[in-house]
Amino acid sequence: MSLITTLARLEAVRTGSAQPAATVRHRHLSDRPLVFVPLTTAGEAGAPLGALVGTDRDAPHLLVVPQPRDRDLRFAFLAELAGIVLPHVEAYAESVEAAERTETDPETGKRVKVEVDLCADAAQLIVPNRAGVEFVRLLGRSMRFRRTAEQDPETPHPAPPRVPLLGRWLTHYGERARVPGSSLLLAMTDLLGRHWASGQSTLEDQHLGALLAWIDPEAVPVGAPGDAPPGEELTGARAARRAELARDAAGQLLCPPAGPATDPAFDNKLLAPAIERYDRARTALAAAEDGLEADDRLGTLTAAEREIRALVESRTRPTWDAVWRGLDLLRALPAGAHADERWTRDRWSFTSHRDRILAGEPPQPRRDDAVTAANKLATREREQARLEAQEALDDPLVMAGRRLSGEAFAGEVVEVVMAYSESKRPSPRPLITVRTDDRPHLAERAKVHRSLNGKPQTAEYVGPADESDDGTVVLRITDKMGRGKEPEAGSVPEKGDLVCFTLFEHEQRGGAKLPDPEQTPWTHGGPPGEAAAVAEAADAQTEEDVL
Amino acid sequence: MTAETATTPGTPTAPAPATTPAPATTAPFDPGAEAARATAAILHDTLHGTERGVVVDSPPGAGKSTLVVRAALELAEAGRPLMVVAQTNAQVDDLVLRLAEKNPDLPVGRLHSSDADPYDKALDALANVRKSAKAGDLAGLAVVLSTAAKWAHVKVDEPWGHAIVDEAYQMRSDSLLAVAGLFERALFVGDPGQLDPFATVGSEQWAGLAYDPSSSAVTTLLAHNPTLPQHRLPVSWRLPASAARLVSDAFYPYTPFRSGTDHGDRTLAFAAPSDGSGPDQVLDEAAASGWGLLELPARHTPRADPEAVRAVAAVVRRLLDREGTTTSERGPSPAPLTAARIAVGTAHRDQAAAVRAALADLDVSDVTVDTANRLQGREYDVTVVLHPLSGRPDATAFHLETGRLCVLTSRHRHACIVVCREGVDALLDDYPSTEPVQLGTLVKFPDGWEANHAVLAHLAEHRVTWRP
Repeated sequence: MSLITTLARLEAVRTGSAQPAATVRHRHLSDRPLVFVPLTTAGEAGAPLGALVGTDRDAPHLLVVPQPRDRDLRFAFLAELAGIVLPHVEAYAESVEAAERTETDPETGKRVKVEVDLCADAAQLIVPNRAGVEFVRLLGRSMRFRRTAEQDPETPHPAPPRVPLLGRWLTHYGERARVPGSSLLLAMTDLLGRHWASGQSTLEDQHLGALLAWIDPEAVPVGAPGDAPPGEELTGARAARRAELARDAAGQLLCPPAGPATDPAFDNKLLAPAIERYDRARTALAAAEDGLEADDRLGTLTAAEREIRALVESRTRPTWDAVWRGLDLLRALPAGAHADERWTRDRWSFTSHRDRILAGEPPQPRRDDAVTAANKLATREREQARLEAQEALDDPLVMAGRRLSGEAFAGEVVEVVMAYSESKRPSPRPLITVRTDDRPHLAERAKVHRSLNGKPQTAEYVGPADESDDGTVVLRITDKMGRGKEPEAGSVPEKGDLVCFTLFEHEQRGGAKLPDPEQTPWTHGGPPGEAAAVAEAADAQTEEDVL
Repeated sequence: MTAETATTPGTPTAPAPATTPAPATTAPFDPGAEAARATAAILHDTLHGTERGVVVDSPPGAGKSTLVVRAALELAEAGRPLMVVAQTNAQVDDLVLRLAEKNPDLPVGRLHSSDADPYDKALDALANVRKSAKAGDLAGLAVVLSTAAKWAHVKVDEPWGHAIVDEAYQMRSDSLLAVAGLFERALFVGDPGQLDPFATVGSEQWAGLAYDPSSSAVTTLLAHNPTLPQHRLPVSWRLPASAARLVSDAFYPYTPFRSGTDHGDRTLAFAAPSDGSGPDQVLDEAAASGWGLLELPARHTPRADPEAVRAVAAVVRRLLDREGTTTSERGPSPAPLTAARIAVGTAHRDQAAAVRAALADLDVSDVTVDTANRLQGREYDVTVVLHPLSGRPDATAFHLETGRLCVLTSRHRHACIVVCREGVDALLDDYPSTEPVQLGTLVKFPDGWEANHAVLAHLAEHRVTWRP
């Protein structure tokens, strides 16, 4: 945690309300995000209990699995989810614009520009917290290797038609969420945590209700408003504490956790008895001996199912509302200047996945091969550096944090001396002296950068202007001054200008090209061979899979 | 982290009996002969072996660079086209200079980046060294050297017959993936005890895969090629007898090494007597025993703890003021201990910056102050270390990393002085290692927790309490 974050958190503790950690919104928000609030069943990985999903905050779709261990009901849930998510995704996949991309020509080996389709926008998926992101990944993993009856008539447990496709999309979203700065799949707690500092730990910030209470105490309607002692206002700290701990007379949390895991008290006291009633009603219906009895027992079963639906809705709706409240708060911030550029990368990612599906490629493999893994790691490291630089450039508060940690400095230009490089065609190398109160960690001849009309200009640290005074820094500007002997107008700061230089680079270089997977070298196990060409099967059925 | 379970003794590796130190009971240990035997076996496997790779583990100061230079010269002499992969430009330049020193006529290529000042200006004085940013310009030279990052951009039709990969334990697996297509066979040399390579983003997703891109190049190499001959240099020429034992026990428990010198072969003495202060007492302790612990009262502090930083600066100031002299096996006459032969090591860059500022306040210049990452591979007469856990309320994986402490405590030829707040032993007990266990990964020994305790226990015998 950086020093400025620590200070902001201390301040939040002192004042009782969250402190801004950003002055602009650093993530792209879609006009029509698809919000997904899933719940899972305790004790069984990847067994959904239910979910609220949709794009209309007032009318979410409620999906419920009344008996989570029943595979048929689970498939029905997933099919229903596919029926909501896939049309939303496909609507974005269909609308394209023309774009250019540089590709390597397979014949000449040269880099050439090709015209390709780029989706005009991409579908954005928002879940309450990081565990929700993990659950999306898990759902994707559990679905993408399934076979439908159409794909494989022999498969013993065919999946409903669109379920494997949903698995591939969710897997793509889950994987893209690992790329720093990406916005295809976002966790609301991460979004809020990026823009506000609460007075609790980052672990506690994973409780969406508590985090939101720090930022907006009224947003979490827990108990009567008179909970604060008379005469004292309801602070974020107090509201957060209540959101985390307050229970009703029956021992149930007033603000249910944002899932996907549910509160054990809910599981034991409410959910388990309800599921048991449902099971009993179902067994009774199956044993019904005539139509009249069956009608009667169907009524009992429907009532039992409705009860579970009501329970699931009561535990997801507060989270659903909290996510939308969070979106309101974030939309009130102006968008960061570079957020859109990063969203364009998300659109490229979205488009390329669409193209892979259209081309009939198999689902993403269980494990990355050596080259794919290395490429992903390189991309993510590059995006991480890009994100850190862009956030600082977009937001003075983020830049303040970098200045405080010695990675940047701001100040006034107090002197400009023209100088030239020693070469046959001397180029301008002006020396500027900057007075600053910051304490940058400048090593000898360190490179520093500033943004000049959106492009980075580089300078070299020469030394302090005066040995006895460490508040002045002399820099030699080395580029972006044009080709002439005299620097272009506006390319060199003037005396009195306020400037901000960073020790980190503003733009990232592309990494080296790795070999193709078929060319994997001997140090990394050699080419994958024929084994990799066989499509992966779904996990084999085990005894536990059959109820 | 010095040994992996897969490479602990008992695992059948290549026939390299020479690399196992002779039992002390049979004959007196002759460091020169042991080292020569190990080197001969390595060179034999490299030049005449059948395997595509040879791995050499080298403890601190065991003559790794000497070995690389020698192997390069022998390969060049045998007419094998050779590429050398190092990790930083400074390492590459250093190897070029050493090669030229040994054989001024050998045609050497220095492949460099297209940035400004891409290589050490000293290379311009060497007639045999051709420098270029394009690999094509250097074709046909006996040896071509560059960084892994630069090699990754090179495309060739015909791969090099041989490569030497230096600091292979500090190279990441993905970085090896990018260059491995350039050579047929390779000699991998490195120190398994130093800092592991790291990634700036999470890489748990690939943990347990043999080719986890964030693991070290050697880990991946051996996971896919377990039969490669593995050798070990048995003698540290840098570490004095007082330090080799501790560093070997704490960081290389399954692959012990010895010091090339004996107790008494090296001395550190001061012209000026002690003034009785804490810094002077700890200097005397370190001069006598090779180790000193200057302990400040227990306290939770910010990272750049001002008191500890001042204590470090005071120790350095007194080191210079008292006009230290060193004697060693290198020459008969005592050499003055100059600022250039002193280094200060820290865990974080802001700590290094604070120490630099404090030293400047005391008019000390030319003393190297840097983080463990940047001190890797360097050597000094005396080091002053700000303990990574000093004043901390918690012990994170970063601060517990075995390699960090190993680097900081193995840079010196004469003495190492550690400045630390009291209570680190209790802190360690409060924070046992809790890193999640990943399936399929090799468990590394010793873990940082254990190594930290071992070093602390030893330092406690050389403790001096801070008195300004």
